[in-house]
Amino acid sequence: MADQKKSSFISVFLNGLITENPTFTLMLGMCPTLGVTTAAMNGVSMGLATTFVLVCSNLFISLLRNIIPDKVRIPAYIVVIASFVTMIDLFMQAFLPELRAVLGTYIQLIVVNCIIFARAESFAAKNPPLLSIADGLGMGLGFTCSITLLSMVRELFGSGSIFGLRIMPEGYLPMAIMNQVPGGFITLGLMMILVNVIKKYASARKEEKLA
Amino acid sequence: MSTWLVIIIGQILVNNYVMCQFFGICPFLGVSKKVDTALGMGLAVTFVITIASFVTWLVQYYILEPLNLVYLQTIAFILVIAVLVQVVESALKKLSPSLYQALGVYLPLITTNCVVLAVAVNNITDGYNLLQATLCGCCSALGFTLALLILAGIRERMELSNMPKWMQGFPGALIMSGLMAIAFMGFGGLI
Repeated sequence: MADQKKSSFISVFLNGLITENPTFTLMLGMCPTLGVTTAAMNGVSMGLATTFVLVCSNLFISLLRNIIPDKVRIPAYIVVIASFVTMIDLFMQAFLPELRAVLGTYIQLIVVNCIIFARAESFAAKNPPLLSIADGLGMGLGFTCSITLLSMVRELFGSGSIFGLRIMPEGYLPMAIMNQVPGGFITLGLMMILVNVIKKYASARKEEKLA
Repeated sequence: MSTWLVIIIGQILVNNYVMCQFFGICPFLGVSKKVDTALGMGLAVTFVITIASFVTWLVQYYILEPLNLVYLQTIAFILVIAVLVQVVESALKKLSPSLYQALGVYLPLITTNCVVLAVAVNNITDGYNLLQATLCGCCSALGFTLALLILAGIRERMELSNMPKWMQGFPGALIMSGLMAIAFMGFGGLI
């Protein structure tokens, strides 16, 4: 029994991290994905802030799932999510004011991040607390990984560095467009193509193995 | 007079929320497959944002500030928006069934459209007065509608063209949006 519980915990976690990766498979939470990913550090911190909110809101919504009446569930979820967002917002204003200034409104906008809403509605409202935490962790870290990856690519070409460390040679002329809106769209589009190609290759190999 | 003109042109073209600031990308990519649905979504968003900018401004200056509750801004605003969307939905159902038929499906989606909250918060940070805030909301929503309509028009044509398989769907739409954003950068020097 304990073993079974553990394995389902891990499979839910991995599901969020890889199989149903929120950015590349579910296409959720696009605004922060594109908005803050000009430097790798911003990507990581945005991802971690979202993960915190996601885990906490999943836990509380799962605990309250039998109490909240079905008709008012959406406002109820919003209040739960907004409370945690306010907490992380105040925390960042107090302890990490510089980072808060860079991320700006996007921290407040975690409230309307569709990943959190979608997970509350489709997972936490139907599953026990422990599994919901696993789902929140998996989805949150999946989101963190993909936006960190995206921001690393954009920082590398846009400023010639990763996490502030200079990578490109001296003579490299930074591509300013990577730090602006078009660069975000195009980089994400190209990465999605890459993910699609890898997926196709993987599933073809799986079929080959089965055959 | 010039302030008003700056707000109108600024919100629709120069600081377009979708193309220049990365807000509202989810509905932008999600409901831009057909021009009709894009127009419906755009109208519904315009309707809600205009009212929401008005109401959230009042909430900020007549409820939150006098009571020293500014730190509850996020919760208060998102609740106002959620309630507003519900009210608009029920009101439309009663008052104008035909309009409800056209916009009904898009209304619940607007709660999680980040343009609405972003506009409300930015109105306060930019220190607009009530009329400016409402105008700014309306124009931002029109800018959103414009971007949505352009992408929907392009995507309708892309369906018919012969694209490599791995580029169909979202990757193609994303790269297209990137090219559109480059075009919108050209408005940069307008103000």
